[in-house]
Amino acid sequence: MTTSTHQTSGITSAGASIFAEALEAQAVPVTRVDWRPPMEGTEEDLATVATDPLREEANRRAVEAVLSVQAMLVDVAPASEVLGLERGQFLHAGPPLTWESASGPMRGALMGAAALEGLVEDPEEAETLFASGEGVSLEPCHHRQAVGPMAGVVSPSMWMWVLENPEDGRRTYCSLNEGLGKVLRYGAYAPEVLTRLRWMSATLGPLLAEAVRESGPIDATAILGQMLQMGDEAHNRNRAGTLMLLRDLAPALVRSSADPADVADAFAFMGGNDHFFLNVAMPACKLQMDAARGIEGSTMVVAMARNGTEFGIQVAGTGDEWFTGPAQIADGLYLGDYGPDDANPDIGDSAITETAGIGGFSMATAPAIVRFVGGSVPDALATTRRMGEITLAENNRWAIPVLEFMGAPTGIDVTRVCRTGVLPQINTGMAGRVAGVGQVGAGLVTPPGEIFPSALAALSARTRARAES
Amino acid sequence: MTPSTADTGFVHVERRPGAYADSVALLQVSKDVAAVDGVQRAQVAMATPLNLDVISSMGFDVPESSPNDMVVAIRLDEESRLDAALAAVDAALAAVTRRSEPSGSAEEPARTTASAIKRSDASLALVSVPGANATVEAVDALDAGKDVMLFSDNVPVEQEVALKQLAARRDLLVMGPDCGTAMVDGIGLGFANSVQPGPVGLVAASGTGCQQLMCLLDHAGVGMTAALGVGGRDLGVDVGGLATRQAMRRLDADPATELIVVVSKPPAEEVAAQLRSFAQTLSTPVHFALLGPGQPDLTSSAEAVLQALGRPVPEWPTWGAGAASVPAGHLRGLFAGGTLCDEAMLMASEQLGPVHSNIPLDPQYALDSSLTADGTVMIDFGDDSMTAGRPHPMIDPTIRLEYLARTAKDPATSVVLMDVVLGHGADDDPAATIAPGIRAALAAAREAGRELAVLVACVGTADDPQVLADQALVLAEAGAEVFLSNAQAARRALTLIGAAA
Repeated sequence: MTTSTHQTSGITSAGASIFAEALEAQAVPVTRVDWRPPMEGTEEDLATVATDPLREEANRRAVEAVLSVQAMLVDVAPASEVLGLERGQFLHAGPPLTWESASGPMRGALMGAAALEGLVEDPEEAETLFASGEGVSLEPCHHRQAVGPMAGVVSPSMWMWVLENPEDGRRTYCSLNEGLGKVLRYGAYAPEVLTRLRWMSATLGPLLAEAVRESGPIDATAILGQMLQMGDEAHNRNRAGTLMLLRDLAPALVRSSADPADVADAFAFMGGNDHFFLNVAMPACKLQMDAARGIEGSTMVVAMARNGTEFGIQVAGTGDEWFTGPAQIADGLYLGDYGPDDANPDIGDSAITETAGIGGFSMATAPAIVRFVGGSVPDALATTRRMGEITLAENNRWAIPVLEFMGAPTGIDVTRVCRTGVLPQINTGMAGRVAGVGQVGAGLVTPPGEIFPSALAALSARTRARAES
Repeated sequence: MTPSTADTGFVHVERRPGAYADSVALLQVSKDVAAVDGVQRAQVAMATPLNLDVISSMGFDVPESSPNDMVVAIRLDEESRLDAALAAVDAALAAVTRRSEPSGSAEEPARTTASAIKRSDASLALVSVPGANATVEAVDALDAGKDVMLFSDNVPVEQEVALKQLAARRDLLVMGPDCGTAMVDGIGLGFANSVQPGPVGLVAASGTGCQQLMCLLDHAGVGMTAALGVGGRDLGVDVGGLATRQAMRRLDADPATELIVVVSKPPAEEVAAQLRSFAQTLSTPVHFALLGPGQPDLTSSAEAVLQALGRPVPEWPTWGAGAASVPAGHLRGLFAGGTLCDEAMLMASEQLGPVHSNIPLDPQYALDSSLTADGTVMIDFGDDSMTAGRPHPMIDPTIRLEYLARTAKDPATSVVLMDVVLGHGADDDPAATIAPGIRAALAAAREAGRELAVLVACVGTADDPQVLADQALVLAEAGAEVFLSNAQAARRALTLIGAAA
């Protein structure tokens, strides 16, 4: 590039516009950066992490690991078996939590689950049980390779989807989706909620287990790729995915030894719940993102999760540490007479979909639901492109037709979030603030901004410690 | 908002958290708003400590703010003018914060250098963001396998070393930080003069030194293959010539480069020695133009380069004539170019003894914030300490012209030496503001019954957008004696001072 005879292909310019103008005056193609100051107080940490000798290679490895995962649906089984959950042990969504700090819907879901497990007769009695802490314990789903939507409460008798990456045999888990409205994951624990859960454990779970084993592993990663071409973003719209899963399971379900009436009920239940596939999409995304865990020097976010009180992220290069801040209230549309005062702060592990590049990150591919979350089609296209500014890669297996088959923007980079101030956009359902209410709406939400500088500071501290050792 | 009524008119000071525009753009905004009818003074600036000082010195109460806030400070004839003034602020900001796409479009602008490179097939990244933010943008370019020109100053030296080590491992070039000038692929980057293609490849740890050599050689009819800036600290002990070596390797590999010239501000002895032995390993001859006590000035180096190429040495042009003699007094140098300031200081100290400066050759002659001293004074207005949060004096002459007006009134001043640097990136028409400043300075001295000489080194070429001869003539008509060679201008100043002593 140093000779006067060679023609330049162009120059990028970040900073004072006079330099870009001076280049344009010389007829040089200039790509301008719309540069803004980074999040406050991050300058030094950003420079430290940028010049970390491990970073570039670590992020390349993280991207490769994430993009090479094949999430195969291999089994359905009770949490007691596959997660080793024992009586009194409960998993929940988001970062670690105590009963005292748990929000209304989280408490409601725990109370319902306690009744489901027979620890109490009436869910209302469970409040004193959890407050005393005797014989009960709480743990994040993420700590057991699981994810749970909304409250994400898992108890031993619940049946779990089991996904596996054939290359390394790693597995991830998620409960079965109960449908919309008054459901446990939104904090409802009325008798009909528990009745449905009992039916799922007694009938649906075993049926699905038989069908999955019979039909053989189902490629969830491939279904996700097809969904994105069919208008699902796999967080708030899972209609195509649900139908494709049903299509794959139908022959084995019909051939099963079960009572045909139970099989018909199962078909009706799954077909009547457009979110049924969400609980497969989530562990598929977790399987993918977990592939990058523990890569020293990588700045990639491997989990975003909310427990209804706090929003937490985990990063590839900082081990199992959670960086948390207060969960926000989503901005969106409300069901019926509900309004912002009725909504609980953000809750659920379902932001694992955005962590993996779908959901809000692939909003451009789901124009059908942009109004449901309070946006417009141009907003949706812009959002997906904007998420490209804070991610490390595009996932070509998950292509978005309307954006010229651009791959889903994947692998949130802590440094780019801090540099641009652009926060990950999450599509989400909203739970009622009060235990027992259920869903009150859906909308868009972002993490609390300060958790990214916290994660960056930890990455920077590790970089410095390595340089000194 | 803290509107208040002061002694004269109405004062409005407003903090706008999260708003951002670069310092050059805000300079334009401030100018536009100040021109609105009924506005006495206006300053729209990012709330850096330096800008807050400026705002405070303009008589405004400075609000509690962080450097990421924008501050709008306006003094009006009366309160009723406020709406019009604020509308002018918004209109001016909208005009300068140009977005690549209208809002509501599906396009999103690139927010990082990494993203901009991904969208284009750019071969090089130019970075001129504030120094504390520059390293990350530069690393984006290195990650993408691209060279980077780092115009930003105030980059911590340990970050510079880390960047250049990273670049060396990947066989890439970091031009900078604080690299004002480069020419690659025939394109001027930053402050750069339009010169012909030719046999010389420059490696420059000095922006204006590089420009001086380019312009002298261009005047002599000798062109360049490239001018690769390396940043003013590259030949210091901390950086140890990391980028200079890389740039020399590049030029050595370029068959069109017949002679490599390395130009630098006074380098660290041991680094200069290492580079001289490194040059022995290259197949292309290397000429070193390193400023220092007892070393040739830049003009002598240009002449030596011409001789090495077997080309004739021309007469260096001058324009106008100033005072034939001046009363006994001091020499005051007001520079926009650090290397031109260094060169003049090296020459002056041989004849006049110690030179007081903000970039002194000897630390004991460092100027305090008043920037005045009883003796020879030379100031580099382009130094990092003078430019944090404001445009370079090659773009914005305000501070230098204020100083010129003050120093012209000082009875101890008998000769003023200045530089005016032309080329891409510099003020479109510097003579338009500097010539009136010179005329006023000369008039002020005459009113006080003194003879004052103003000597200008005008560094530029005939092909520069501003056109060397046009600018030089306007400056000469204002009463300055104008030179293409800074060393000649300095020598003339020393002759005048010496004759008066």
